[in-house]
Amino acid sequence: MIELKGVTRRFGDAVAVDNIDLTIETGEVCVLVGSSGCGKSTTLRMINRLLPRTSGEILVDGEDINKADPEALRLNMGYAIQSTGLFPHWTVARNIGVVPDLLKWPTHKRDERVSELLTLLGLDPATDAIKYPHQLSGGQAQRVGVARALAGDPNILLMDEPFGALDAITRENLQQEMLRIQRQLSKTTVFVTHDIDEALKLATRIAVMDQGRIIQHDTPEAILRRPASAFVENLIGKGDRGLKLLALRTVGDVMERYPRPRQSDPLTEGLKETDSLRAALSVMVWQNSDQLPVLSEAGDAVGTVKREQLLQGGV
Amino acid sequence: MRPWLAPVALIAVLCALAALLPAMAPLFSWVEPNTDSLIYTRDSFWFLLQSHIWLVLVSATIGTLVAVSAGIFVTRPAGRDFLPLVSQVASIGQTVPPVAVLALAVPAMGFGEKPTLLALVLYGLLPILRNTLAGLGGINPAVLESAKGMGMSSAQVLFKVELPLAGRVILAGIRTSVTINIATAAIGSTIGARTLGDPVIAGLVNGNTAYVVQGAILIGLLALATDSLFEAIERAWGRTFSI
Ligand SMILES: Nc1ncnc2c1ncn2[C@@H]1O[C@H](COP(=O)(O)OP(=O)(O)OP(=O)(O)O)[C@@H](O)[C@H]1O
Ligand SMILES: [Mg+2]
Repeated sequence: MIELKGVTRRFGDAVAVDNIDLTIETGEVCVLVGSSGCGKSTTLRMINRLLPRTSGEILVDGEDINKADPEALRLNMGYAIQSTGLFPHWTVARNIGVVPDLLKWPTHKRDERVSELLTLLGLDPATDAIKYPHQLSGGQAQRVGVARALAGDPNILLMDEPFGALDAITRENLQQEMLRIQRQLSKTTVFVTHDIDEALKLATRIAVMDQGRIIQHDTPEAILRRPASAFVENLIGKGDRGLKLLALRTVGDVMERYPRPRQSDPLTEGLKETDSLRAALSVMVWQNSDQLPVLSEAGDAVGTVKREQLLQGGV
Repeated sequence: MRPWLAPVALIAVLCALAALLPAMAPLFSWVEPNTDSLIYTRDSFWFLLQSHIWLVLVSATIGTLVAVSAGIFVTRPAGRDFLPLVSQVASIGQTVPPVAVLALAVPAMGFGEKPTLLALVLYGLLPILRNTLAGLGGINPAVLESAKGMGMSSAQVLFKVELPLAGRVILAGIRTSVTINIATAAIGSTIGARTLGDPVIAGLVNGNTAYVVQGAILIGLLALATDSLFEAIERAWGRTFSI
């Protein structure tokens, strides 16, 4: 658990972070959103003490972080940043293995961990591990950055726009991977973004920041339904709020499940359980159908979903 | 192995010449037909070469240690206040000619090896210092931030990240410094150091071109060999750290 109590950070006379209170429960993904310069990165960097705070208290599992040894604190906090900061003189494998090395893991354990992470993030342990950062694409480099943050098996993850500066498709893929990893590992995560869709997708709870303050701290659904101010309302976009709400749920949440899987007609397009209701609705509108089968990975129909069920799911 | 071929060959030629020049007297009668003393004999070339290399080596070692430490110190939080001053000194110092440094060293320390050494150290410091600052300052701040964020101590950041990344630029500084100092050391002969400058000075004073040529050839070869040695080291560094 991470607790920020009345935390303030000034740069000279300018207040970057203004007396914020924020509690991040163990295993939760807290996403900080807000426009550029509102103090998201500053908040994050105070948590691993890359920046000292001007006043207030930051506790990790009840302990003031200023009482801990800063290196030991950081070894237990994975850190990934937008510009990746990969070490240009080390291979991908050595970059990912840096924290295990600092923790003095035995070599074989470190090597296993490195190839496990490469696989987890969709990189090839055989070919990509021996590359140097300058030989990677932007998306690959950000994956390596995330893998490096996970490598030491930290309890806490701090991620500062780790998928920024990527094209929509790669970004979407990495977000899916992030969700999958989070389901497997449930790390206490603080994730910074200025993309509200990314926030809605990944967050357990979202903290909306503006000019160094937290305007609202709540679940994605609550943020969408009850924005605390005009600023939050603008941030989430009034127009497609309903669709965003639909995007929070998956087909699996509302479908009617068959007692046992059935053969499906190979010609009808089906949905997957993990598809969002928003995507499902889009398919229905496009196909002009009231009902669609839900298919398993193997292609069997495991259930069905009706248009009314979809629309009720958003309510 | 290819990169090491040139320096090894040049060093071999240099050593061979230093040993064999006295046997090549007939060759020099072309240059200086009107005299019997065709070969500089006050000291052996071999001895002068050693003494020359020794001066440069000692000054380069001291200069590198001092300049790199100073460069590291002023880029740490504790020394950051001195950074503007030190980098100014480093760039202004380069505009003072080496002869001036030698001339200033004499009243302070008299004649001989010591003032030469002092001048060489002082003059050799500057390119190394300048390149140390440039190398350390040129590292992507995101790399340093993530190194620290990963949990490296300051010493680990310095030795695992900063120095390997800045190393090639620092090496280039040492290369410049040593090359300049091979020439400067020769001028040291004017204030009593024993170097390959001796035959050159003696030749100029006595009007014996053969002496001048012998000294100049050896100094030139030494500079060439050293330069290609550094070239090879820089490449090896680049391969090791892949930059
Ligand atoms: N080292 C620094 N020195 C002075 N001012 C700083 C420093 N770092 C940040 N600031 C200021 O603090 C404020 C908050 O910066 P911060 O980096 O936290 O913003 P951010 O929310 O992460 O923005 P972005 O989305 O653009 O990354 C900004 O006004 C910035 O100018
Ligand atoms: Mg930021």
